[in-house]
Amino acid sequence: MISERVMDAATISSWMREVEASVRVERDHLVQLDAAIGDGDHGTNMNRGFEAVVQALSADQGSPPGRLLIIAGRTLVSTVGGASGPLWGSALRSGGRVLGDQTTFDGAQLVEVLAAALASVKDLGTASLGDKTMVDALEPAVETLRVEIAQGEPLARALDDAAAAAEAGMRATIPLQARKGRASYLGERSVGHQDPGATSTALIVRALQRAITSQT
Amino acid sequence: MAVETSQMRKFLNDPADVVKESLKGLAAAHPDLLRYDVANQIIVRKDAPRKGKVALISGGGSGHEPLHGGFVGLGMLDAAAPGEVFTSPVPGQMLAATKAVDGGAGVVHIVKNYTGDVLNFKLAAEDAADEGIKVTSVVIDDDVAVQDSLYTAGRRGVGATVLAEKLAGAAAEAGADLAHVTDTVKRVNARSRSFGVALSSCIPPANGKVIFDLPEGQIELGIGIHGEPGRRRAPLGRASEVVDVIFEAVISDLKPKHGSKVLAFVNGMGGTPLLELYLIYGEVDARLRKAGLEPVRNLIGSYITSLEMAGASLTVLELDDELIKLWDAPVHTPALRWRA
Repeated sequence: MISERVMDAATISSWMREVEASVRVERDHLVQLDAAIGDGDHGTNMNRGFEAVVQALSADQGSPPGRLLIIAGRTLVSTVGGASGPLWGSALRSGGRVLGDQTTFDGAQLVEVLAAALASVKDLGTASLGDKTMVDALEPAVETLRVEIAQGEPLARALDDAAAAAEAGMRATIPLQARKGRASYLGERSVGHQDPGATSTALIVRALQRAITSQT
Repeated sequence: MAVETSQMRKFLNDPADVVKESLKGLAAAHPDLLRYDVANQIIVRKDAPRKGKVALISGGGSGHEPLHGGFVGLGMLDAAAPGEVFTSPVPGQMLAATKAVDGGAGVVHIVKNYTGDVLNFKLAAEDAADEGIKVTSVVIDDDVAVQDSLYTAGRRGVGATVLAEKLAGAAAEAGADLAHVTDTVKRVNARSRSFGVALSSCIPPANGKVIFDLPEGQIELGIGIHGEPGRRRAPLGRASEVVDVIFEAVISDLKPKHGSKVLAFVNGMGGTPLLELYLIYGEVDARLRKAGLEPVRNLIGSYITSLEMAGASLTVLELDDELIKLWDAPVHTPALRWRA
């Protein structure tokens, strides 16, 4: 069956608020993970960025959902710095462009939004599955959502499974040796640590699931 | 009041303001050389833009002082874009810096090879090109501790950044065109290799904790400039043994021609005094001569640092006649000054 739920600008705003809240709560955890194999600023940077996103979106009046994603992406580029700023910034902008000016979107279009976001992260970051990056959480989430929506699973269920897939991907980064980003400088010493980028990515996917599930 | 945690004692008002307040102080100390554009968080050479001169900008996370703001001035950088501590600046800063210094002859972006810096500079260069400014970018990647392979983000940019800013800055000051200034940065990068070691971690002010714990008697080999752990740990031996490791790593990778003239740059990471840096230089100088190389120029001091980390890095640059001339050319910046 066709996914039953219709999403709109309020969905995007609610998603970004959920992200801001969970990144704030997990900030120190992200800092710890990053300190182990990076430089310990990931939690601080993401926290600063999504605070700014929530602020920017609350000032917006009546933009369609795609436009809100573009605003959120621009805000991340201009506030986060590091690698996460351009990566998540481009991801949200690419996702937003998929929706154009339409005021609502369905589950199948949500898949396209996330697929565009993933493609932009892989392109800009030149990372693939297994490099111990955010791709390891985002790609399984997008694929799970795509398959389940195509099979007619209810959106809430498909999103829950997508978030679980992101979390599984996040945990699966622990035994990997990093091949991109700052953790790659450590070589074998990056093995045994969970990737902070994959961790915040799992938070972002879980936040989407919460935003959409709580909306009805 | 300073800020103190169980691990950290630093002169701070609010940890969140440390970068801005430090830049304000830099501008207050050197009004003859530079100004601080607060809104864009950039340091700009006082007389920028200079018509017809190729401009150089660089940027990156803070915590490496005097890099980059301390190198803005005559014969070096035209602007610097400092990010938060150990965090790349955002593209808007680099774009504002590019526009502030463009004198019509083009702008060179000197980018250290870290994923964040590369991505943010890339977005800024695209924006600048959209605004009709000629921009070239050179990525510095001189750190031999990182294997350059498909399996890493590539070698990090460290000590060669300082040398490239000085040498290309001198070329630009002498009137070289965009292609030549860009090529000078590339040449310095191609002929430089670096390797660093740490005796302690550093403490980013935002979280007040050491990045890594180094057990007593241990040393981190192959460190970068962000407190990231090195490639491996080893027992801390005599200084001469540590220099053996550093020297071998740099020279075996650089492979300079026998009889080459070289510049040796012994850099402190922030917490190692000149007393020790000169000791290291003495060891390096002797090894260079023994290896049939001629150390005709040197730089010794803490120029690209990692907050208060104790440690040092060695950069060796294989010189040619033009690079020697550019090194000797006048420079006047907060952190580097001669003949001007």
